[in-house]
Amino acid sequence: MVVFDKPKALTDIPFHYCPGCTHGIVHRLVAEVIDELNIEGDTIGIAPVGCSVFAYNYFGCDCIEAPHGRAPALATGVKRALPDKYVFTYQGDGDLAAIGTCETVHSSARGENITIIFINNCVYGMTGGQMAPTTLLGQVTTTSPYGRKKEIQGSPIRVCEMLSTLDGVAYAERVAVDCVKNVRAAKKAIKKAFTLQGEKKGLTIVEVLSTCPTNWGLSPEASLEWLRENSMKQYPLGVYKDVTAE
Amino acid sequence: MAKKVLMKGNEALAEAAIRSGCRLFFGYPITPQTELSEYLAKNMPKVDGLCLQAESEIAAINMVLGAASTGARVFTSSSSPGISLKSEGISYIVGSDLPCVIINVQRGGPGLGGIQPAQQDYYQATKALGHGDMHFIVLAPAYVQEMATLVGEAFDLADIYRMPVMILADGALGQMMEPVDFEAKRQRVLPEKTWATTGHGGKRPHNIVNSLYINPDELERIILERYERYKEIEEKEVLFDTYMADDADILIVSYGITARIAKTAINMAREKGIKVGLFRPITLWPYPSKQLAEYADKVNAFLSLEMNMGQMTDDVKVATSCKKPVYHYGRTGGVIPTPDEVLEQIVKISEGGAK
Amino acid sequence: MTKLTFKTDLCKGCGLCVLACPKKLLALDEKVVNAKGYHPAGITDQSACIACAMCAMMCPDVVIKVEKD
Repeated sequence: MVVFDKPKALTDIPFHYCPGCTHGIVHRLVAEVIDELNIEGDTIGIAPVGCSVFAYNYFGCDCIEAPHGRAPALATGVKRALPDKYVFTYQGDGDLAAIGTCETVHSSARGENITIIFINNCVYGMTGGQMAPTTLLGQVTTTSPYGRKKEIQGSPIRVCEMLSTLDGVAYAERVAVDCVKNVRAAKKAIKKAFTLQGEKKGLTIVEVLSTCPTNWGLSPEASLEWLRENSMKQYPLGVYKDVTAE
Repeated sequence: MAKKVLMKGNEALAEAAIRSGCRLFFGYPITPQTELSEYLAKNMPKVDGLCLQAESEIAAINMVLGAASTGARVFTSSSSPGISLKSEGISYIVGSDLPCVIINVQRGGPGLGGIQPAQQDYYQATKALGHGDMHFIVLAPAYVQEMATLVGEAFDLADIYRMPVMILADGALGQMMEPVDFEAKRQRVLPEKTWATTGHGGKRPHNIVNSLYINPDELERIILERYERYKEIEEKEVLFDTYMADDADILIVSYGITARIAKTAINMAREKGIKVGLFRPITLWPYPSKQLAEYADKVNAFLSLEMNMGQMTDDVKVATSCKKPVYHYGRTGGVIPTPDEVLEQIVKISEGGAK
Repeated sequence: MTKLTFKTDLCKGCGLCVLACPKKLLALDEKVVNAKGYHPAGITDQSACIACAMCAMMCPDVVIKVEKD
């Protein structure tokens, strides 16, 4: 009996991510949810600009590659054309919370029936470790070499907290993929997000605290520890909005 | 029987889109084309369509990108500063080989410029709208009737050649009221959209809509394929019109609203015995270069007449291989040239005194 | 009987599976370099594996297949 295998909603193309990068875990969780809901043929995924730019190669569903930050606007266009299909975006913190903040906020306000998978690793990965809107105060990046200072670069954005104030958002949860327990919880959240999208409840977002061993300059193991010690303190895990619970 | 209705240019564009089977519009308010979205906001729901006001011009063009990916007919509309904002998305739409229609009801620039009619976006539309080696079809109507007809053409051309098609109008045409017959339309055979991301339903491999090719050889191949398509368009889809051009000594080259001013000036000049004609490009890309070149051996001079500082002049020179002098006359910043001013230029050229 | 199958060529040697195994049965094989240039993960004692799949759940590259009778 097979206890665990690659989900069908992932193609056979190997991930290009760095060793220990948790993008792969999140890709797999999304694909597992797509399999379990049996919606691969009815799903359109939207890849961002950033490390996960090639996500369109990895997901077996139909996929679109968006300009930097515009994924929620594309998703709006797709969903308005095909209201009965499942549409999700997969975006990093620079994509979603810097250059695409406007699209993120307004898709949320409109309550677009889409699911956003938001990868928060506190850094720009693909371009080589620059400061992100989610970079922590004091965190050293290539563009905050003396550590992020509140007086100079401002404070990090808490996306789930911010979006949960908008009426169009049906579900916002922050999860992490640092350990098996949290990976299980992350999958549950992603499944709930897709399920609520199917019920046309409004916009659903799952923020996933992730690691970037390469740009953090840490081993994969030390990165998980750093995430628990730092990311989780600035970005507490939990459900920030759930219209089904109200 | 054809039924004509009296309509504003902006509204005719909107109605023509609905009649072309387009049910999705994403836009952002900007003068002088706002009547278009207001018309759609009122009338799209009546045909189960959608007129969605986006949070920005950038979001609107990206909603178009998303909707176009599903194979649905979709369009957006704006005016000059708004089109500049959309240029990122337009480049991605070209790079993703997606069909859509983009309307630019031009106003004066640069910057916030003004809200009066202009043709200052000629370069932008035909040469430089978006990064990368790229073209898209640009149609320049001169009448409200033509605005309606060309919208139908634009949707068909977009579907056939998988690229955006721009209607380049101006604030004067947008605000002008004229009779329109919406039934006047060429019928074309349209290809099936097998590339669309509609959900594969387990029936085919997944479709990917994308403009990223990390391998330079692959990107070059894709661009070369696209340029083959451009060549086909240059051969098949050129549109232009002429007026009293056959015996002309001076040929005015003018598009859009300015071509109509040219016609009045031509009639006035002809009364004075000056043989002037009009060559009116309707496709600004592809430019009717071959057709214009035929006049290079017949006329004594060309006059490029535009509401800008001479953006089309180079195209006229290139098309005619500089065989005859190419003069320019234009007003800019939203000022519309009068027939008398144009006549004055014609007289100067005929007397050999023009610069 | 349980069985772990590793798609060894896909492994990047990050070691997250090694950390995840509650029985400490996994290790990077430092005698081997795979096609990607990494020391791939493998199981040291198959008979002790309880097929909990925690290794597979933490693997970012979907390298591990878990089976049991």
